[in-house]
Amino acid sequence: MLRYALLRIFGAIPTLLLVIALAFLMVHAAPGGPFDAERVLPPEIEENIARAYHLDESLPQQFIRYLGGLVRGDFGPSYRYRDYSVSELIGNALPVSMQLGVLAMLLAIVAGVAAGLTAALSKNSFIDRLVTGIAMTGISVPVFVVAPVMVLVFAVYLQWLPASWTGGTSISRLILPVVALALPQIAYIARLTRASMIGVLSSDYVRTARSQGLRTISIIRYHALKPAMLPLLSYMGPAIAGILTGSVVVEEIFGIPGIGQFFIRGALNRDYTLVLGIVIFYATLLILLNLVVDLLYGILDPRIRGR
Amino acid sequence: MSLLEVKDLSIRYADSAKPVVQNLSFSIEAGQSLGMVGESGAGKTQTAMAVMGLLPANAITSGSIRFDGQEFLGAAPDVLNRYRACRIAMVFQDPLTALNPYVRIGDQLRRILLEHKICKPPEARERTLVMLQRVGLPDAERQYGVFPHELSGGMRQRAMIGAALLGEPDLLVADEPTTALDVTVQAQILGLLRELRSQSNSALFLITHDLGVVAGNCDRILMMDNGRLLEEGPAKEIFAAPSNERTAKLIAAARRIDMPTKTSPLPDGEAPIVEVDNLSVSFRERYGSGKRQLHAVWPLSFKVAPRETLAIVGESGSGKTSLVKAILGLIPMRSGTVSYAGKKLPGLVQSRPNNIRRQLQMVFQDPVASLNPAMRVADIVAEPIIIHEPKKKKAEREQDVSKMLRHVGLGMELRERFPHELSGGQAQRVAIARALVIRPKVLICDEAVAALDGTIQGDILQLLQAEQADSGLSLIFITHDLSVVRQISHRVLVLYMGRVCEIATNEQIFKRPLHPYTKALIQSVPVPDPNAKPDDVPLAGEVSSILNPPAGCPFHPRCEYAVARCSEQVPALQSVVGGSVACHRANELDLSY
Repeated sequence: MLRYALLRIFGAIPTLLLVIALAFLMVHAAPGGPFDAERVLPPEIEENIARAYHLDESLPQQFIRYLGGLVRGDFGPSYRYRDYSVSELIGNALPVSMQLGVLAMLLAIVAGVAAGLTAALSKNSFIDRLVTGIAMTGISVPVFVVAPVMVLVFAVYLQWLPASWTGGTSISRLILPVVALALPQIAYIARLTRASMIGVLSSDYVRTARSQGLRTISIIRYHALKPAMLPLLSYMGPAIAGILTGSVVVEEIFGIPGIGQFFIRGALNRDYTLVLGIVIFYATLLILLNLVVDLLYGILDPRIRGR
Repeated sequence: MSLLEVKDLSIRYADSAKPVVQNLSFSIEAGQSLGMVGESGAGKTQTAMAVMGLLPANAITSGSIRFDGQEFLGAAPDVLNRYRACRIAMVFQDPLTALNPYVRIGDQLRRILLEHKICKPPEARERTLVMLQRVGLPDAERQYGVFPHELSGGMRQRAMIGAALLGEPDLLVADEPTTALDVTVQAQILGLLRELRSQSNSALFLITHDLGVVAGNCDRILMMDNGRLLEEGPAKEIFAAPSNERTAKLIAAARRIDMPTKTSPLPDGEAPIVEVDNLSVSFRERYGSGKRQLHAVWPLSFKVAPRETLAIVGESGSGKTSLVKAILGLIPMRSGTVSYAGKKLPGLVQSRPNNIRRQLQMVFQDPVASLNPAMRVADIVAEPIIIHEPKKKKAEREQDVSKMLRHVGLGMELRERFPHELSGGQAQRVAIARALVIRPKVLICDEAVAALDGTIQGDILQLLQAEQADSGLSLIFITHDLSVVRQISHRVLVLYMGRVCEIATNEQIFKRPLHPYTKALIQSVPVPDPNAKPDDVPLAGEVSSILNPPAGCPFHPRCEYAVARCSEQVPALQSVVGGSVACHRANELDLSY
């Protein structure tokens, strides 16, 4: 198991390098540079700035220099937020984003599983159709539509909740963003749970349990729940990715000072190091979380354990 | 009042007009054993499911099923749950899928006791352990904690039976309980059922396609066909004088292993068409941090003459399939050569010339799965012609296909069908037509009739024999079914853990086996004759793990004749009259019966 984990971590290094290279190329391919927005400067000063940030070097040279910094754990300085390093910016924004992401994930799992199980247990009934219908809508409608509509309804018309981060208490300001972020995941998890539970309930071993006189509640609890939840575990990887990307949009809409907002600012300002730093941070996070999911799978499924 | 009384039971499904069970009536008295026999589609499993109240929601039933006076049809789930496990319990066909792969064996059993409040948790564990021991899982403490996939098929079915008996039911419903198992393990499981019933006096409702299985285990028999009852009565009467024509046919189709072979004699002294010399197969497997060799087939040699049928027999894990795959060049050999008509062939099929490849054709076990689901029957059969006789004109090819389809007994109306629109027997005929259409000299059949019903098996075997008589085809017939071997083979090769136990003529194998394993295999086959009461289980234990093969003769841990030498030295294959045998004690034992 430890051997497997180490192998996977080392195996992720090429993936990570590829991600870094692609991101590096893409930010540099975007027209303009980090200091273009400033008022027109004398050419000598521009040259000095470029030299100070090594922007006068060729792209490969810059790339190597950047990688060298990464190896030492240095994401470099931000080009726009003077006096801050990228690590500091990420570190400052992380708690807010993490709060949002973890809460959205928990909500997605709890609500998604509950809805999916209810639908599976009353297959083809009105409730089942309601759940699948809502879920389908939840998957189809993008966050940037759902979030403003929610703001309109709950903040503007009903005035129950604040419309943005600065306007509410530490709890009330979280509700709308968390729900908006979780919604597509709730929908997906509900569909997944429903399908996998229906599959498990029609399996031979559930038939055996029924022949043994077990009540439905016991069958779910002792026979069906675990196998039905396993596909959910494999979805956790994509779900985490979905929440990470979703958070960029949600943080922007609700004005939340999280990593996502810095990412957008960074991209607009051509703040190369900031954008790259966040990409690398998210890529590493995703790779590690996916590894955790795979290891958990091995622990939970006795048939792949010990391989 | 009968324990179980079924009256006018009809079952049909909402999406089909044809009922799967029609006006079925029968009863089972306390302590009695009733065998329900029929081919696939007879409605056996549907009946069992109805009795257990397990029919799917879209099943439409009429009639009545009374258990100890309580009506089961249409009863509420909690009424049924009061009877299940404690009064009526079920053993399913495939213990791998019928046991929960995610729950430890012991916990699956214990749950039944707890659910029905038969006892408190600590005692439930004790009782489960006792039951596991009773059904023959000797190391119960350890086996309590394993998952189903960690047990062999036989051990899984023992656990399944243990689960069914925990509540001490009055009626045990067993649906094909031994069909998924090897013949020696089948004999063990049937022996276990007999033993347990003699202790508990519970009634048995045994469902099977195998007349041999009911003959030794049931007082009464109920013959089913196409959802209808053909006849019912005491086993002895039905076997002796079936009053129904269809019953008579089914009984006649149950090939008797104690009847003489139907093969035509072989001309002597012809040069062999296939010669296997010193062939062995091994696989590399990761083991801990290193790798190791697993020997699927140890070096072995044999020849097949023109017009000859060589049967290769062995239980699962004996290396039969690895052996034929290596002969065909589908997997690499570790050592040895395969020769065709005196010429050594390259090891792998892709380096063999096309004109040799066409001479060695194969028919697989699962007929539907081995046909391309996206191709029509006519195209499937035409494909080998396109490959091997590319210059043939289309019209000529079509003609060949039609001729071949007629030859294997398929009507022209099937030409445009897809494989899933065929019955099992028809699909296997298509597979055979595909193999024969390029007129090979050798046909290798890997369990080619195992998935088919008894009467259909007979038809397919007849077809192959007729083809052999016509065209001089040689057959290598891999099977676990000794009654098939008895009927069609000239010579028999018995494999055990990748080693040859015995090669001999059909007559000799069945009349005077020289290897104890051969004898045990033959005696494990249930004989469809209620007067031939089954002996005690002919062969105890199970095939040793290939990961940890025993030293010396691989069979010695299960052999009742084993002596010290058997565990020290691998017996060499020695020639005897009519064959060869690999047993240290072949000269001193008399195994004839």
